[in-house]
Amino acid sequence: MNKLHWKLGTILGLLVLSAWLIYPTVDWYTKTSGERAKLEAVRLRPAHLLNLGLDLRGGTHLLLELDVDKLGKNEKVSDAMSRAIEIIRNRIDQYGVGETPISREGDRWISVDLPGVSNTEEAENLIGKTALLEFHLVDTSDAAQAVLNKVNDMDGSPFDKDGNLVPAVAKIMPKGDILCKASAQDDQRNNYYVLDASVPVTGAYLENARVETDRQFGTPTIAFTFNREGGKIFGRFTGANIGKFLAIVLDGVVHSAPVIHSRIDNSGVIEGQFTMEEARNLAIVLRAGALPAPVHIIEKRVVGPGLGEDSIHKGILSALGAFMLVVLFMMVYYKAGGFIADFALFLNFVFLIAAMSYFNATLTLPGIAGMILSLAMAIDANVLILERMREEIALGKPVPMVIKIGYDKAWSTIIDCHMTTWIASVFLFQFGSGPVKGFAVTLTIGLLISLFTSVFITRAIYEFWLTSNPKELSI
Amino acid sequence: MIRILHKTDFNFIKHRHLFFMISGLIILSGIISLAIKGVDLGLDFTGGTMMQVTFDKPVSTAELRSVLNAAKADATIQSFSGGTSYEIKVKGTQENVNEKAQEIEAALKNLPGGVTYTKDKQDYVGPVVGHDLAKKALFAIVLSMFCIIVYVAFRFSNPIWGIAGVVGLLHDVFVALTAMSLADREIDLVVVAAFLTIAGYSINDTVVIFDRMRENMRNFPKMPMGELINLSINETLSRTVITTMTVFITVLVLFLFGGSAINNFAFCMLVGTVTGVYSTVALCTPMVYQWEHRGGRRK
Repeated sequence: MNKLHWKLGTILGLLVLSAWLIYPTVDWYTKTSGERAKLEAVRLRPAHLLNLGLDLRGGTHLLLELDVDKLGKNEKVSDAMSRAIEIIRNRIDQYGVGETPISREGDRWISVDLPGVSNTEEAENLIGKTALLEFHLVDTSDAAQAVLNKVNDMDGSPFDKDGNLVPAVAKIMPKGDILCKASAQDDQRNNYYVLDASVPVTGAYLENARVETDRQFGTPTIAFTFNREGGKIFGRFTGANIGKFLAIVLDGVVHSAPVIHSRIDNSGVIEGQFTMEEARNLAIVLRAGALPAPVHIIEKRVVGPGLGEDSIHKGILSALGAFMLVVLFMMVYYKAGGFIADFALFLNFVFLIAAMSYFNATLTLPGIAGMILSLAMAIDANVLILERMREEIALGKPVPMVIKIGYDKAWSTIIDCHMTTWIASVFLFQFGSGPVKGFAVTLTIGLLISLFTSVFITRAIYEFWLTSNPKELSI
Repeated sequence: MIRILHKTDFNFIKHRHLFFMISGLIILSGIISLAIKGVDLGLDFTGGTMMQVTFDKPVSTAELRSVLNAAKADATIQSFSGGTSYEIKVKGTQENVNEKAQEIEAALKNLPGGVTYTKDKQDYVGPVVGHDLAKKALFAIVLSMFCIIVYVAFRFSNPIWGIAGVVGLLHDVFVALTAMSLADREIDLVVVAAFLTIAGYSINDTVVIFDRMRENMRNFPKMPMGELINLSINETLSRTVITTMTVFITVLVLFLFGGSAINNFAFCMLVGTVTGVYSTVALCTPMVYQWEHRGGRRK
């Protein structure tokens, strides 16, 4: 075995490796969408796969901001963020929409991609709900009643736009009490509740939550059970407050306020005017846990399924068309040299797809453009080499010299070209998970591979061909 | 052997004043255009709501505008493909994610003749995000230019070459920006990516010629600078033309058939590839000559 054999062996080995890496992706996308959904449901999705971006397959991208001002005083933002991400992931997993990349962006942003979901209202509710379940005692004192009378006589809301009580109400509010809206807004007097601010137990102690149907009215309700610790606290608390009203408060809204008849240890029911869907989603968010603070949607991008299909067709077809034109040109203009360059270009493409599959990269439309540009760089490298060779041929040098000098002289230029383009693309990485990052990823990986295929591989081919002692070079 | 260019012998240095003048004029017209028309910043940077809908039967622009005006949804509309597809856009700061979208959808229900629609696309960019993206875009452009100067200056151990390369690159990005302004096209994130790619390509062409100049300096230490630069440009000219042509063809195909999503990107690149070559042969290298000449010496 000489050096050349090693080179050819490396190339062959890489080709086999690439085929092995690409196979799961090809296999996956040749399945029907129904089959894919089934496999995703049982978590048999291949581990390394080239993903299609939302602009190509349709879906919704949401960027959420954690409202850190509403965090507990002793809570670290970074801890709260990881918990929020985990909880959102849990909720989405239970909701069942398949692979959903969720990632942290910056200090307090969370990016959520929902492939295939273009009707977002339900998903937004599911993700955006804080789902903080609290239990408060209802204050039934005269002072509290006076507050309710005042509020009922008012025209507008007792809260200002920042959510604080208006001064007139705040003035007469009993110390240690809070005012909460009721979920059932009717003309009756109980649109608001005055509650004792202390919270003995929260949804954090929940073990389970599920939808049940009310025996009497047939409306959906949510039954929940506490874990042992929560059950103990809740039992002690209810036991000490028999005869009082217990408000069940979800995200600051009182859903019901039944009388405590007896000590309750570990279970309860939330009643309210839910539809079946709402009750189902509420049970999901209660099971998944409460977010450490509310989240707000600060960016939302929806691509309908039709448009995704349309752009993938146009994008890929035109990319292929452009590719073929360039390949053809190279073969006509540089003959055998062009053919070798084209072959290297083909390998470049195969390696690029393999690398992207391995890194679970996401292919977006700008990503396809990035791919084309990196292939154009590979072509440029070969044009540089071939033009150099032509110059050396014109000087009448023998074939082995032509090849050696062609590569040696073009090399520094090729490195410089790749480096400068690479510098430009690397700064695009900071653009989160969007289409522009797709561009940066394909261009960066593509440039690395292009350096390898357009110089190392083509040279190995020429060297192999030199072993037959050719007298002339067809370029 | 097929050759597009046979051995050429253009005197680029001799005509440098003409080139400087042409570039000056282009930049001047660019400044005027930018001052008068400004740049149309996309939703990515201004924040706002965009909705792209397809109706089941043709709807006229006037009809659509009147229902949107009636709903006081202060929107701009743009039509695609024969009056069935429209892009409805409300730019500017909106705090609430679905507010404008709901307004628009409510307005669409009032269209005469019971027209129904499907939503192809919907974007909402909140004020913080728009601000953040604009900052990042600027950051990316400034930093990458800086790094390119450092790299080129380091590779050619001469800051003047680095600066000349970057002047060419800024020239190209500026021309692309001007073209976007003149063609009333929007600058969004993808266009920023195109700007950076143009920057990369522009510097590539320059680097190829600089490399050749460096090599020729070693081979012909006595040759006057002007002659040496001309020789280097001419020697690399066929590579420059061929590479640019392949990129140009590729981008042209994307521009014509690639669909609306990458149309702005392709347009930008079309302009960029042409001006990229021009700036290299007619601007960067003559600038190096001008500088070396002024000092009355050859490095």
